Amino acid sequence: MAVLVVAAHDGKTVRANVANAVAAAAQMDPEVHVLVAGSNAGEAAQSAAAIQGVAKVLQAEDAAYANWLAEDIAPLVVKLAPGYSHVVMAADSVGKNVAPRAAALLDVAQVSEAIQVVSPDTFVRPIYAGNAMATVQSTDKIKIVTVRPTNFKAAAGGGSAAIEQIAGTGSAGLSSFAGAELSKSERPELTSAKIVVSGGRGLQSGENFKMLETLADKLGAGLGASRAAVDAGYVPNDYQVGQTGKVVAPDLYIAIGISGAIQHLAGMKDSKTIVAINKDEEAPIFQVADYGLVGDLFQIVPELTAAIEKK
Amino acid sequence: MKVLVAVKRVIDYNVKIRVKADNTGVETANVKMSMNPFDEIAVEEAIRMKEKGAATEIIAFSAGPAQCQETIRTALAMGADRGVLVQTDAELQPLAVAKLLKAVVDKEQPGLVIVGKQAIDDDSNQTGQMLAALLGWSVGTFANKLNVADGTVEVKREVDGGLENIKIKMPAVITTDLRLNEPRYASLPNIMKAKKKPIETLAPDALGVDVAPRLKTLKVEEPPKRKSGIKVKTVAELVEKLRNEAGVI
Ligand SMILES: Cc1cc2nc3c(=O)[nH]c(=O)nc-3n(C[C@H](O)[C@H](O)[C@H](O)COP(=O)(O)OP(=O)(O)OC[C@H]3O[C@@H](n4cnc5c(N)ncnc54)[C@H](O)[C@@H]3O)c2cc1C
Ligand SMILES: Nc1ncnc2c1ncn2[C@@H]1O[C@H](COP(=O)(O)O)[C@@H](O)[C@H]1O
Repeated sequence: MAVLVVAAHDGKTVRANVANAVAAAAQMDPEVHVLVAGSNAGEAAQSAAAIQGVAKVLQAEDAAYANWLAEDIAPLVVKLAPGYSHVVMAADSVGKNVAPRAAALLDVAQVSEAIQVVSPDTFVRPIYAGNAMATVQSTDKIKIVTVRPTNFKAAAGGGSAAIEQIAGTGSAGLSSFAGAELSKSERPELTSAKIVVSGGRGLQSGENFKMLETLADKLGAGLGASRAAVDAGYVPNDYQVGQTGKVVAPDLYIAIGISGAIQHLAGMKDSKTIVAINKDEEAPIFQVADYGLVGDLFQIVPELTAAIEKK
Repeated sequence: MKVLVAVKRVIDYNVKIRVKADNTGVETANVKMSMNPFDEIAVEEAIRMKEKGAATEIIAFSAGPAQCQETIRTALAMGADRGVLVQTDAELQPLAVAKLLKAVVDKEQPGLVIVGKQAIDDDSNQTGQMLAALLGWSVGTFANKLNVADGTVEVKREVDGGLENIKIKMPAVITTDLRLNEPRYASLPNIMKAKKKPIETLAPDALGVDVAPRLKTLKVEEPPKRKSGIKVKTVAELVEKLRNEAGVI
Protein backbone atom coordinates (compact mmCIF):
# COMPACT_ATOMS: atom_id res chain seq x y z
CA MET A 1 0.00 0.00 0.00
CA ALA A 2 1.10 3.52 -0.73
CA VAL A 3 2.06 6.38 1.57
CA LEU A 4 0.06 9.60 1.71
CA VAL A 5 2.03 12.79 2.36
CA VAL A 6 -0.20 15.65 3.45
CA ALA A 7 1.29 18.87 2.11
CA ALA A 8 0.98 22.33 3.60
CA HIS A 9 1.23 25.16 1.08
CA ASP A 10 0.68 28.87 0.58
CA GLY A 11 -1.61 28.51 -2.43
CA LYS A 12 1.25 28.84 -4.91
CA THR A 13 3.76 26.22 -3.84
CA VAL A 14 3.87 23.48 -1.29
CA ARG A 15 6.17 24.19 1.63
CA ALA A 16 9.82 23.38 1.02
CA ASN A 17 9.69 20.71 3.73
CA VAL A 18 7.19 18.65 1.69
CA ALA A 19 10.16 17.47 -0.42
CA ASN A 20 11.81 16.25 2.79
CA ALA A 21 8.59 14.53 3.87
CA VAL A 22 8.35 12.83 0.46
CA ALA A 23 11.92 11.56 0.87
CA ALA A 24 11.06 10.16 4.30
CA ALA A 25 7.81 8.64 2.99
CA ALA A 26 9.64 6.89 0.16
CA GLN A 27 11.59 4.98 2.80
CA MET A 28 8.31 3.65 4.22
CA ASP A 29 6.88 2.59 0.86
CA PRO A 30 8.08 3.39 -2.66
CA GLU A 31 4.66 4.58 -3.84
CA VAL A 32 4.15 8.10 -2.55
CA HIS A 33 0.99 10.15 -3.06
CA VAL A 34 0.68 13.78 -1.99
CA LEU A 35 -2.53 15.39 -0.79
CA VAL A 36 -2.88 19.08 -1.58
CA ALA A 37 -6.04 20.44 0.00
CA GLY A 38 -6.99 24.05 -0.44
CA SER A 39 -9.07 26.66 -2.07
CA ASN A 40 -7.49 27.48 -5.44
CA ALA A 41 -4.69 25.05 -4.81
CA GLY A 42 -4.00 24.27 -8.47
CA GLU A 43 -0.56 25.85 -8.55
CA ALA A 44 0.37 24.26 -5.26
CA ALA A 45 -0.74 20.87 -6.61
CA GLN A 46 1.52 21.38 -9.63
CA SER A 47 4.47 22.17 -7.39
CA ALA A 48 3.82 18.91 -5.54
CA ALA A 49 3.62 17.00 -8.82
CA ALA A 50 7.12 18.25 -9.65
CA ILE A 51 8.72 16.54 -6.65
CA GLN A 52 10.69 13.45 -7.72
CA GLY A 53 9.30 10.21 -6.41
CA VAL A 54 5.70 11.39 -6.20
CA ALA A 55 3.46 8.95 -8.07
CA LYS A 56 0.23 10.91 -7.78
CA VAL A 57 -1.09 14.17 -6.41
CA LEU A 58 -4.59 14.35 -4.94
CA GLN A 59 -6.01 17.84 -5.14
CA ALA A 60 -9.02 18.56 -2.95
CA GLU A 61 -10.71 21.89 -3.62
CA ASP A 62 -12.95 23.18 -0.86
CA ALA A 63 -13.46 26.65 0.55
CA ALA A 64 -13.17 25.09 4.00
CA TYR A 65 -9.51 24.25 3.36
CA ALA A 66 -8.35 27.80 2.70
CA ASN A 67 -6.75 28.32 6.09
CA TRP A 68 -5.77 24.87 7.17
CA LEU A 69 -8.05 24.57 10.17
CA ALA A 70 -7.46 21.17 11.77
CA GLU A 71 -11.18 20.59 12.30
CA ASP A 72 -11.75 20.78 8.54
CA ILE A 73 -8.61 19.13 7.14
CA ALA A 74 -8.47 16.14 9.50
CA PRO A 75 -11.75 14.57 8.26
CA LEU A 76 -10.37 14.57 4.70
CA VAL A 77 -7.20 12.82 5.87
CA VAL A 78 -9.34 10.33 7.80
CA LYS A 79 -11.44 9.62 4.72
CA LEU A 80 -8.37 8.89 2.58
CA ALA A 81 -6.24 7.11 5.18
CA PRO A 82 -7.75 3.59 4.87
CA GLY A 83 -6.28 3.40 1.36
CA TYR A 84 -2.76 3.89 2.73
CA SER A 85 -0.24 2.17 4.96
CA HIS A 86 1.13 5.49 6.25
CA VAL A 87 0.13 9.12 6.47
CA VAL A 88 3.12 11.45 6.69
CA MET A 89 3.40 15.13 7.49
CA ALA A 90 6.35 17.40 8.15
CA ALA A 91 6.64 18.15 11.87
CA ASP A 92 5.92 21.86 11.50
CA SER A 93 3.12 23.92 13.03
CA VAL A 94 0.64 22.56 10.47
CA GLY A 95 1.64 18.92 10.83
CA LYS A 96 1.67 19.12 14.61
CA ASN A 97 -1.83 20.57 14.53
CA VAL A 98 -3.47 18.28 11.98
CA ALA A 99 -1.79 14.86 12.25
CA PRO A 100 -2.73 14.03 15.87
CA ARG A 101 -6.35 14.97 15.21
CA ALA A 102 -6.48 12.58 12.26
CA ALA A 103 -4.70 9.88 14.26
CA ALA A 104 -7.18 10.02 17.13
CA LEU A 105 -10.13 9.96 14.74
CA LEU A 106 -8.62 6.81 13.22
CA ASP A 107 -7.89 5.41 16.69
CA VAL A 108 -4.20 5.01 15.91
CA ALA A 109 -1.07 6.30 17.61
CA GLN A 110 1.14 8.95 16.08
CA VAL A 111 4.90 8.79 15.80
CA SER A 112 6.03 12.38 16.37
CA GLU A 113 9.11 13.88 14.72
CA ALA A 114 10.70 10.75 13.32
CA ILE A 115 14.34 11.36 12.44
CA GLN A 116 15.00 7.96 10.91
CA VAL A 117 12.96 5.26 9.20
CA VAL A 118 14.37 1.95 10.38
CA SER A 119 11.73 -0.12 8.61
CA PRO A 120 8.16 0.55 7.49
CA ASP A 121 6.87 0.15 11.05
CA THR A 122 9.90 1.24 13.07
CA PHE A 123 11.19 4.75 13.59
CA VAL A 124 13.75 6.64 15.63
CA ARG A 125 12.57 9.77 17.39
CA PRO A 126 14.21 12.11 19.88
CA ILE A 127 12.75 12.38 23.38
CA TYR A 128 13.75 14.57 26.36
CA ALA A 129 14.88 17.45 24.13
CA GLY A 130 17.05 15.11 22.09
CA ASN A 131 18.93 13.83 25.13
CA ALA A 132 17.73 10.34 24.29
CA MET A 133 16.79 8.58 21.07
CA ALA A 134 13.87 6.16 21.17
CA THR A 135 13.35 3.44 18.59
CA VAL A 136 9.62 2.77 18.42
CA GLN A 137 7.59 0.22 16.55
CA SER A 138 4.03 0.95 15.57
CA THR A 139 1.48 -1.83 16.04
CA ASP A 140 -1.32 0.06 14.28
CA LYS A 141 -2.57 -0.79 10.83
CA ILE A 142 -2.30 2.78 9.57
CA LYS A 143 0.82 4.58 10.72
CA ILE A 144 0.60 8.31 11.21
CA VAL A 145 4.08 9.81 11.27
CA THR A 146 5.35 13.35 11.46
CA VAL A 147 8.93 13.63 10.27
CA ARG A 148 11.62 16.13 11.16
CA PRO A 149 12.48 17.69 7.80
CA THR A 150 16.13 18.43 8.62
CA ASN A 151 16.84 14.72 8.97
CA PHE A 152 15.73 13.76 5.47
CA LYS A 153 17.43 15.10 2.36
CA ALA A 154 14.81 16.78 0.21
CA ALA A 155 13.64 14.87 -2.86
CA ALA A 156 14.73 16.63 -6.06
CA GLY A 157 12.47 18.49 -8.45
CA GLY A 158 11.77 17.75 -12.10
CA GLY A 159 9.05 15.16 -11.56
CA SER A 160 5.72 15.16 -13.36
CA ALA A 161 3.14 13.23 -11.38
CA ALA A 162 -0.48 13.11 -12.45
CA ILE A 163 -2.90 15.33 -10.55
CA GLU A 164 -6.23 13.82 -9.62
CA GLN A 165 -9.11 15.97 -8.40
CA ILE A 166 -10.93 14.60 -5.38
CA ALA A 167 -13.97 15.79 -3.47
CA GLY A 168 -13.63 17.81 -0.30
CA THR A 169 -15.33 17.05 2.99
CA GLY A 170 -16.72 20.52 3.69
CA SER A 171 -16.58 22.55 6.85
CA ALA A 172 -17.02 21.10 10.31
CA GLY A 173 -18.38 24.47 11.38
CA LEU A 174 -16.33 24.49 14.56
CA SER A 175 -13.68 27.08 13.84
CA SER A 176 -12.88 30.01 11.61
CA PHE A 177 -9.80 31.91 10.56
CA ALA A 178 -9.53 35.53 11.67
CA GLY A 179 -6.27 36.73 10.16
CA ALA A 180 -2.56 36.25 10.57
CA GLU A 181 0.24 38.45 11.82
CA LEU A 182 3.15 36.99 9.93
CA SER A 183 6.71 38.21 10.38
CA LYS A 184 7.86 39.70 7.11
CA SER A 185 11.38 38.94 6.08
CA GLU A 186 13.43 38.93 2.90
CA ARG A 187 15.87 36.58 4.56
CA PRO A 188 15.99 32.83 3.91
CA GLU A 189 13.48 30.84 5.91
CA LEU A 190 15.02 29.64 9.17
CA THR A 191 14.51 25.90 8.76
CA SER A 192 15.89 25.70 5.23
CA ALA A 193 18.63 28.38 5.38
CA LYS A 194 22.21 27.24 4.72
CA ILE A 195 23.47 29.63 7.37
CA VAL A 196 21.64 30.71 10.53
CA VAL A 197 22.63 33.58 12.81
CA SER A 198 20.93 33.35 16.22
CA GLY A 199 20.86 35.77 19.11
CA GLY A 200 20.03 35.37 22.77
CA ARG A 201 19.48 37.36 25.91
CA GLY A 202 23.02 38.67 25.56
CA LEU A 203 21.77 41.01 22.82
CA GLN A 204 19.91 42.99 25.51
CA SER A 205 17.32 44.56 23.20
CA GLY A 206 15.41 44.26 19.95
CA GLU A 207 17.30 47.31 18.73
CA ASN A 208 20.60 45.45 19.13
CA PHE A 209 19.27 42.59 17.01
CA LYS A 210 19.76 44.91 14.01
CA MET A 211 23.44 44.13 14.37
CA LEU A 212 22.66 40.48 13.73
CA GLU A 213 20.45 41.40 10.78
CA THR A 214 23.39 43.14 9.14
CA LEU A 215 25.60 40.13 9.74
CA ALA A 216 22.90 37.75 8.51
CA ASP A 217 22.43 39.76 5.32
CA LYS A 218 26.15 39.69 4.56
CA LEU A 219 26.08 35.92 4.92
CA GLY A 220 22.74 35.36 3.21
CA ALA A 221 21.63 33.80 6.47
CA GLY A 222 18.34 33.22 8.25
CA LEU A 223 17.80 34.75 11.70
CA GLY A 224 17.00 32.76 14.81
CA ALA A 225 16.85 33.35 18.54
CA SER A 226 16.72 31.70 21.92
CA ARG A 227 13.53 31.51 23.94
CA ALA A 228 14.85 34.19 26.28
CA ALA A 229 15.20 36.63 23.39
CA VAL A 230 11.66 35.88 22.21
CA ASP A 231 10.15 36.07 25.70
CA ALA A 232 11.85 39.43 26.22
CA GLY A 233 10.21 40.67 23.02
CA TYR A 234 13.43 41.31 21.08
CA VAL A 235 12.15 39.24 18.15
CA PRO A 236 8.90 37.47 17.11
CA ASN A 237 7.97 33.99 18.35
CA ASP A 238 8.71 32.30 15.05
CA TYR A 239 12.44 33.00 15.50
CA GLN A 240 12.69 30.57 18.41
CA VAL A 241 15.06 27.67 17.86
CA GLY A 242 14.89 24.72 20.23
CA GLN A 243 13.03 21.84 21.81
CA THR A 244 9.76 23.71 21.69
CA GLY A 245 10.55 26.01 18.77
CA LYS A 246 12.07 25.27 15.39
CA VAL A 247 14.69 22.67 14.61
CA VAL A 248 17.43 23.79 12.26
CA ALA A 249 20.45 22.01 10.82
CA PRO A 250 22.26 24.48 8.55
CA ASP A 251 25.83 24.19 7.29
CA LEU A 252 26.75 27.01 9.66
CA TYR A 253 25.01 28.09 12.89
CA ILE A 254 26.34 31.13 14.70
CA ALA A 255 25.07 31.43 18.30
CA ILE A 256 25.59 34.90 19.69
CA GLY A 257 24.93 35.76 23.33
CA ILE A 258 23.21 32.39 23.86
CA SER A 259 24.20 30.29 26.88
CA GLY A 260 23.35 26.91 25.34
CA ALA A 261 20.58 25.49 27.56
CA ILE A 262 19.63 21.92 26.56
CA GLN A 263 16.30 23.23 25.29
CA HIS A 264 18.16 25.45 22.84
CA LEU A 265 20.71 22.80 21.85
CA ALA A 266 17.82 20.48 20.97
CA GLY A 267 17.02 22.74 18.05
CA MET A 268 20.47 23.29 16.56
CA LYS A 269 23.00 20.67 17.55
CA ASP A 270 22.70 18.82 14.25
CA SER A 271 24.12 21.85 12.43
CA LYS A 272 27.23 20.97 10.43
CA THR A 273 29.45 23.72 11.83
CA ILE A 274 28.62 25.61 15.02
CA VAL A 275 30.18 28.90 16.06
CA ALA A 276 29.59 30.34 19.53
CA ILE A 277 30.28 33.90 20.59
CA ASN A 278 29.87 34.43 24.31
CA LYS A 279 31.65 36.43 26.98
CA ASP A 280 31.41 33.58 29.50
CA GLU A 281 34.01 30.96 28.66
CA GLU A 282 32.12 28.41 30.80
CA ALA A 283 28.90 28.80 28.78
CA PRO A 284 27.57 25.32 27.81
CA ILE A 285 27.20 26.42 24.19
CA PHE A 286 30.98 26.01 23.84
CA GLN A 287 30.57 22.27 24.44
CA VAL A 288 28.85 21.86 21.09
CA ALA A 289 30.70 24.62 19.22
CA ASP A 290 33.29 23.75 16.58
CA TYR A 291 34.69 27.25 16.91
CA GLY A 292 34.24 29.24 20.09
CA LEU A 293 35.14 32.87 20.51
CA VAL A 294 35.12 34.22 24.05
CA GLY A 295 34.43 37.92 24.25
CA ASP A 296 31.99 40.79 24.12
CA LEU A 297 29.54 40.35 21.27
CA PHE A 298 29.13 44.11 20.93
CA GLN A 299 32.76 44.25 19.87
CA ILE A 300 32.98 40.94 18.02
CA VAL A 301 29.86 41.11 15.85
CA PRO A 302 30.75 44.40 14.10
CA GLU A 303 34.29 43.12 13.60
CA LEU A 304 33.02 39.85 12.15
CA THR A 305 30.58 41.65 9.89
CA ALA A 306 33.38 43.83 8.55
CA ALA A 307 35.69 40.86 8.04
CA ILE A 308 33.09 39.03 6.02
CA GLU A 309 32.55 42.07 3.85
CA LYS A 310 36.21 41.91 2.90
CA LYS A 311 35.75 38.46 1.32
CA MET B 1 -18.06 27.27 33.43
CA LYS B 2 -15.79 24.51 34.63
CA VAL B 3 -12.26 24.41 33.28
CA LEU B 4 -10.28 21.18 33.23
CA VAL B 5 -6.49 21.44 33.15
CA ALA B 6 -4.11 18.55 32.54
CA VAL B 7 -0.92 18.42 34.58
CA LYS B 8 1.76 15.86 33.81
CA ARG B 9 4.50 14.82 36.19
CA VAL B 10 7.80 14.90 34.31
CA ILE B 11 11.51 14.97 35.04
CA ASP B 12 12.34 18.56 35.94
CA TYR B 13 13.56 20.55 32.95
CA ASN B 14 16.84 21.36 34.72
CA VAL B 15 17.83 17.73 35.27
CA LYS B 16 20.49 16.24 33.05
CA ILE B 17 18.92 13.18 31.48
CA ARG B 18 20.74 9.85 31.75
CA VAL B 19 19.89 6.92 29.52
CA LYS B 20 19.68 3.60 31.37
CA ALA B 21 22.54 1.20 30.76
CA ASP B 22 20.15 -1.51 29.53
CA ASN B 23 18.67 0.89 26.94
CA THR B 24 15.10 0.44 28.18
CA GLY B 25 14.51 4.09 29.02
CA VAL B 26 15.94 6.98 31.00
CA GLU B 27 16.93 6.99 34.66
CA THR B 28 14.05 8.22 36.84
CA ALA B 29 15.16 6.94 40.25
CA ASN B 30 16.19 9.76 42.62
CA VAL B 31 15.55 12.35 39.95
CA LYS B 32 13.72 15.60 40.63
CA MET B 33 10.21 15.55 39.19
CA SER B 34 8.05 18.61 38.48
CA MET B 35 4.92 19.70 36.71
CA ASN B 36 5.42 19.90 32.95
CA PRO B 37 6.23 23.62 32.34
CA PHE B 38 3.53 24.02 29.68
CA ASP B 39 0.98 22.71 32.20
CA GLU B 40 1.95 25.40 34.70
CA ILE B 41 0.97 27.82 31.96
CA ALA B 42 -2.32 25.94 31.52
CA VAL B 43 -3.10 26.14 35.24
CA GLU B 44 -2.19 29.83 35.34
CA GLU B 45 -4.49 30.60 32.42
CA ALA B 46 -7.39 28.81 34.10
CA ILE B 47 -6.80 30.71 37.33
CA ARG B 48 -6.82 34.02 35.48
CA MET B 49 -10.14 33.05 33.88
CA LYS B 50 -11.53 32.35 37.30
CA GLU B 51 -10.22 35.63 38.64
CA LYS B 52 -11.91 37.45 35.76
CA GLY B 53 -15.16 35.60 36.40
CA ALA B 54 -15.06 33.61 33.17
CA ALA B 55 -14.51 30.31 35.01
CA THR B 56 -16.24 29.03 38.12
CA GLU B 57 -14.28 25.91 38.99
CA ILE B 58 -10.89 24.54 38.03
CA ILE B 59 -10.26 20.80 38.02
CA ALA B 60 -6.69 19.54 37.76
CA PHE B 61 -6.27 16.18 36.00
CA SER B 62 -3.23 13.96 36.04
CA ALA B 63 -2.67 10.39 34.89
CA GLY B 64 0.13 8.14 36.10
CA PRO B 65 1.55 6.70 39.32
CA ALA B 66 0.43 7.68 42.83
CA GLN B 67 3.11 10.40 42.98
CA CYS B 68 1.10 12.43 40.45
CA GLN B 69 -0.82 13.48 43.57
CA GLU B 70 2.05 15.88 44.20
CA THR B 71 1.67 17.40 40.76
CA ILE B 72 -2.03 17.86 41.34
CA ARG B 73 -1.27 19.41 44.77
CA THR B 74 0.96 21.91 43.04
CA ALA B 75 -1.91 22.89 40.75
CA LEU B 76 -4.23 23.13 43.78
CA ALA B 77 -1.70 25.34 45.55
CA MET B 78 -1.56 27.61 42.52
CA GLY B 79 -5.35 27.97 42.69
CA ALA B 80 -7.13 24.97 41.15
CA ASP B 81 -10.15 23.83 43.17
CA ARG B 82 -9.96 20.05 43.09
CA GLY B 83 -8.10 17.20 41.49
CA VAL B 84 -8.75 14.03 39.53
CA LEU B 85 -6.01 11.42 39.48
CA VAL B 86 -6.25 8.50 37.11
CA GLN B 87 -3.83 6.23 38.87
CA THR B 88 -1.86 3.59 37.00
CA ASP B 89 1.69 2.36 36.83
CA ALA B 90 1.22 1.40 33.19
CA GLU B 91 3.07 3.28 30.46
CA LEU B 92 0.72 5.95 29.11
CA GLN B 93 0.96 7.22 25.55
CA PRO B 94 -0.84 10.34 24.27
CA LEU B 95 -3.78 8.48 22.69
CA ALA B 96 -4.42 6.69 25.99
CA VAL B 97 -4.16 9.93 27.99
CA ALA B 98 -6.56 11.59 25.55
CA LYS B 99 -9.05 8.76 26.11
CA LEU B 100 -8.73 9.06 29.89
CA LEU B 101 -9.22 12.80 29.62
CA LYS B 102 -12.27 12.27 27.44
CA ALA B 103 -13.81 9.96 30.03
CA VAL B 104 -13.30 12.62 32.72
CA VAL B 105 -14.65 15.33 30.41
CA ASP B 106 -17.76 13.24 29.80
CA LYS B 107 -18.33 13.13 33.56
CA GLU B 108 -17.43 16.70 34.43
CA GLN B 109 -18.68 18.56 31.35
CA PRO B 110 -16.20 21.43 31.39
CA GLY B 111 -16.53 24.29 28.91
CA LEU B 112 -12.80 24.34 28.28
CA VAL B 113 -9.93 21.91 28.63
CA ILE B 114 -6.48 23.47 28.77
CA VAL B 115 -3.41 21.26 28.30
CA GLY B 116 0.23 21.92 27.52
CA LYS B 117 1.33 21.94 23.90
CA GLN B 118 4.04 19.41 24.63
CA ALA B 119 5.25 17.24 27.48
CA ILE B 120 8.98 17.81 27.82
CA ASP B 121 9.66 14.12 28.43
CA ASP B 122 8.08 12.38 25.43
CA ASP B 123 8.00 15.58 23.31
CA SER B 124 4.92 14.21 21.55
CA ASN B 125 2.76 17.32 21.13
CA GLN B 126 -0.37 15.22 20.56
CA THR B 127 -2.62 14.88 23.59
CA GLY B 128 -4.71 18.07 23.27
CA GLN B 129 -5.27 17.60 19.55
CA MET B 130 -6.28 13.97 20.13
CA LEU B 131 -8.64 14.86 22.95
CA ALA B 132 -10.41 17.45 20.81
CA ALA B 133 -10.76 14.86 18.03
CA LEU B 134 -12.26 12.25 20.37
CA LEU B 135 -14.73 14.79 21.73
CA GLY B 136 -15.57 16.22 18.30
CA TRP B 137 -14.56 19.63 19.68
CA SER B 138 -12.59 22.45 18.20
CA VAL B 139 -9.00 23.03 19.24
CA GLY B 140 -6.77 26.05 19.63
CA THR B 141 -3.21 24.76 19.59
CA PHE B 142 -0.06 26.66 20.59
CA ALA B 143 -2.04 29.47 22.23
CA ASN B 144 -0.26 32.79 22.69
CA LYS B 145 -3.36 34.67 23.82
CA LEU B 146 -6.95 33.73 24.64
CA ASN B 147 -10.15 35.69 24.76
CA VAL B 148 -13.28 33.88 25.93
CA ALA B 149 -16.57 35.50 24.96
CA ASP B 150 -20.11 34.35 24.14
CA GLY B 151 -19.50 30.70 23.54
CA THR B 152 -16.41 31.24 21.44
CA VAL B 153 -12.72 31.55 22.14
CA GLU B 154 -10.50 33.84 20.14
CA VAL B 155 -7.12 32.18 20.02
CA LYS B 156 -3.90 33.80 18.91
CA ARG B 157 -1.66 30.91 17.88
CA GLU B 158 2.10 30.67 17.54
CA VAL B 159 2.72 29.26 14.06
CA ASP B 160 5.74 28.85 11.77
CA GLY B 161 5.40 32.24 10.13
CA GLY B 162 4.47 34.24 13.23
CA LEU B 163 1.00 34.51 14.76
CA GLU B 164 -2.42 33.45 13.56
CA ASN B 165 -5.88 34.28 14.89
CA ILE B 166 -8.72 31.82 14.92
CA LYS B 167 -12.17 31.75 16.47
CA ILE B 168 -13.34 28.45 17.84
CA LYS B 169 -16.65 27.27 19.21
CA MET B 170 -16.93 26.19 22.82
CA PRO B 171 -16.64 23.71 24.35
CA ALA B 172 -13.05 23.55 23.18
CA VAL B 173 -9.57 22.30 23.90
CA ILE B 174 -6.65 24.72 24.19
CA THR B 175 -2.96 23.84 24.14
CA THR B 176 -0.61 26.39 25.69
CA ASP B 177 2.50 27.92 24.22
CA LEU B 178 5.27 29.64 26.14
CA ARG B 179 4.11 33.23 25.73
CA LEU B 180 0.52 32.70 26.94
CA ASN B 181 1.35 33.89 30.44
CA GLU B 182 3.92 33.70 33.21
CA PRO B 183 2.80 31.16 35.79
CA ARG B 184 2.67 32.28 39.42
CA TYR B 185 4.40 30.59 42.32
CA ALA B 186 2.19 29.12 44.99
CA SER B 187 2.31 31.10 48.24
CA LEU B 188 2.90 29.27 51.52
CA PRO B 189 -0.65 29.84 52.81
CA ASN B 190 -2.02 28.51 49.53
CA ILE B 191 0.23 25.45 49.77
CA MET B 192 -1.26 24.79 53.22
CA LYS B 193 -4.80 25.34 51.96
CA ALA B 194 -4.21 23.00 49.02
CA LYS B 195 -3.66 20.11 51.41
CA LYS B 196 -7.36 20.20 52.26
CA LYS B 197 -8.63 20.37 48.70
CA PRO B 198 -10.14 17.08 47.44
CA ILE B 199 -8.46 14.73 44.98
CA GLU B 200 -10.56 11.96 43.48
CA THR B 201 -8.67 8.84 42.44
CA LEU B 202 -9.91 6.69 39.58
CA ALA B 203 -8.62 3.66 37.72
CA PRO B 204 -8.42 3.43 33.90
CA ASP B 205 -10.63 0.31 34.04
CA ALA B 206 -13.34 2.15 35.92
CA LEU B 207 -13.37 4.70 33.12
CA GLY B 208 -13.57 1.92 30.55
CA VAL B 209 -10.35 2.92 28.85
CA ASP B 210 -7.81 0.49 27.43
CA VAL B 211 -4.47 2.21 27.92
CA ALA B 212 -2.29 -0.43 26.25
CA PRO B 213 0.54 1.32 24.33
CA ARG B 214 0.27 1.28 20.55
CA LEU B 215 3.92 2.10 20.07
CA LYS B 216 6.43 -0.43 21.32
CA THR B 217 9.63 1.13 22.56
CA LEU B 218 12.34 -1.18 21.27
CA LYS B 219 15.27 0.73 22.74
CA VAL B 220 16.36 4.08 24.10
CA GLU B 221 19.90 5.24 23.37
CA GLU B 222 22.24 8.15 23.95
CA PRO B 223 22.30 10.62 21.08
CA PRO B 224 25.51 10.75 19.07
CA LYS B 225 28.07 13.08 20.67
CA ARG B 226 29.53 16.05 18.81
CA LYS B 227 33.29 15.94 18.81
CA SER B 228 34.66 18.82 20.78
CA GLY B 229 35.77 21.90 18.93
CA ILE B 230 38.36 24.56 19.55
CA LYS B 231 38.46 28.10 20.85
CA VAL B 232 39.75 30.70 18.46
CA LYS B 233 41.42 33.88 19.71
CA THR B 234 40.41 36.46 17.14
CA VAL B 235 37.77 37.26 14.58
CA ALA B 236 40.42 36.95 11.85
CA GLU B 237 41.21 33.43 12.97
CA LEU B 238 37.51 32.55 13.06
CA VAL B 239 36.93 33.81 9.54
CA GLU B 240 40.00 31.97 8.27
CA LYS B 241 38.78 28.68 9.81
CA LEU B 242 35.25 29.11 8.47
CA ARG B 243 36.62 29.78 5.00
CA ASN B 244 39.43 27.30 4.71
CA GLU B 245 38.81 24.58 7.29
CA ALA B 246 35.01 24.30 7.45
CA GLY B 247 34.40 25.79 3.99
CA VAL B 248 31.07 27.25 5.04
CA ILE B 249 31.48 30.91 4.08
C1 LIG C 1 9.43 24.18 28.70
C2 LIG C 1 10.64 24.94 28.23
C3 LIG C 1 10.85 25.02 26.87
C4 LIG C 1 11.94 25.75 26.38
N1 LIG C 1 12.13 25.79 25.04
C5 LIG C 1 13.19 26.48 24.56
C6 LIG C 1 13.45 26.55 23.15
O1 LIG C 1 12.75 25.97 22.34
N2 LIG C 1 14.50 27.29 22.74
C7 LIG C 1 15.34 27.96 23.62
O2 LIG C 1 16.28 28.64 23.16
N3 LIG C 1 15.12 27.88 24.93
C8 LIG C 1 14.07 27.19 25.43
N4 LIG C 1 13.86 27.17 26.78
C9 LIG C 1 14.63 28.09 27.64
C10 LIG C 1 16.02 27.61 28.02
O3 LIG C 1 15.93 26.77 29.15
C11 LIG C 1 16.89 28.83 28.36
O4 LIG C 1 16.29 29.57 29.40
C12 LIG C 1 17.12 29.77 27.18
O5 LIG C 1 17.54 29.03 26.05
C13 LIG C 1 18.16 30.82 27.53
O6 LIG C 1 18.30 31.76 26.51
P1 LIG C 1 19.67 32.57 26.35
O7 LIG C 1 20.77 31.61 26.15
O8 LIG C 1 19.44 33.60 25.31
O9 LIG C 1 19.76 33.34 27.74
P2 LIG C 1 20.79 33.16 28.93
O10 LIG C 1 20.81 31.77 29.41
O11 LIG C 1 20.50 34.25 29.88
O12 LIG C 1 22.19 33.41 28.25
C14 LIG C 1 22.64 34.64 27.78
C15 LIG C 1 24.10 34.45 27.39
O13 LIG C 1 24.59 35.64 26.81
C16 LIG C 1 25.92 35.84 27.22
N5 LIG C 1 26.20 37.28 27.12
C17 LIG C 1 25.62 38.29 27.79
N6 LIG C 1 26.13 39.47 27.41
C18 LIG C 1 27.06 39.21 26.47
C19 LIG C 1 27.94 40.02 25.70
N7 LIG C 1 27.95 41.34 25.80
N8 LIG C 1 28.76 39.39 24.84
C20 LIG C 1 28.79 38.05 24.71
N9 LIG C 1 27.98 37.24 25.41
C21 LIG C 1 27.11 37.81 26.27
C22 LIG C 1 25.96 35.32 28.65
O14 LIG C 1 27.28 34.95 29.02
C23 LIG C 1 25.01 34.13 28.57
O15 LIG C 1 25.70 32.93 28.30
C24 LIG C 1 12.80 26.41 27.28
C25 LIG C 1 12.59 26.29 28.65
C26 LIG C 1 11.53 25.56 29.13
C27 LIG C 1 11.32 25.45 30.60
N1 LIG D 1 -0.05 11.52 31.95
C1 LIG D 1 -0.55 12.75 31.81
N2 LIG D 1 -1.22 13.33 32.84
C2 LIG D 1 -1.73 14.58 32.70
N3 LIG D 1 -1.63 15.30 31.59
C3 LIG D 1 -0.98 14.78 30.54
C4 LIG D 1 -0.41 13.49 30.59
N4 LIG D 1 0.17 13.24 29.39
C5 LIG D 1 -0.02 14.35 28.63
N5 LIG D 1 -0.72 15.28 29.32
C6 LIG D 1 -1.14 16.61 28.85
O1 LIG D 1 -0.96 16.71 27.46
C7 LIG D 1 0.02 17.70 27.15
C8 LIG D 1 0.79 17.31 25.91
O2 LIG D 1 1.49 16.12 26.12
P1 LIG D 1 2.16 15.28 24.94
O3 LIG D 1 1.11 15.08 23.91
O4 LIG D 1 2.59 13.99 25.59
O5 LIG D 1 3.33 16.08 24.44
C9 LIG D 1 0.81 17.88 28.42
O6 LIG D 1 1.39 19.17 28.49
C10 LIG D 1 -0.25 17.67 29.47
O7 LIG D 1 -1.03 18.85 29.64
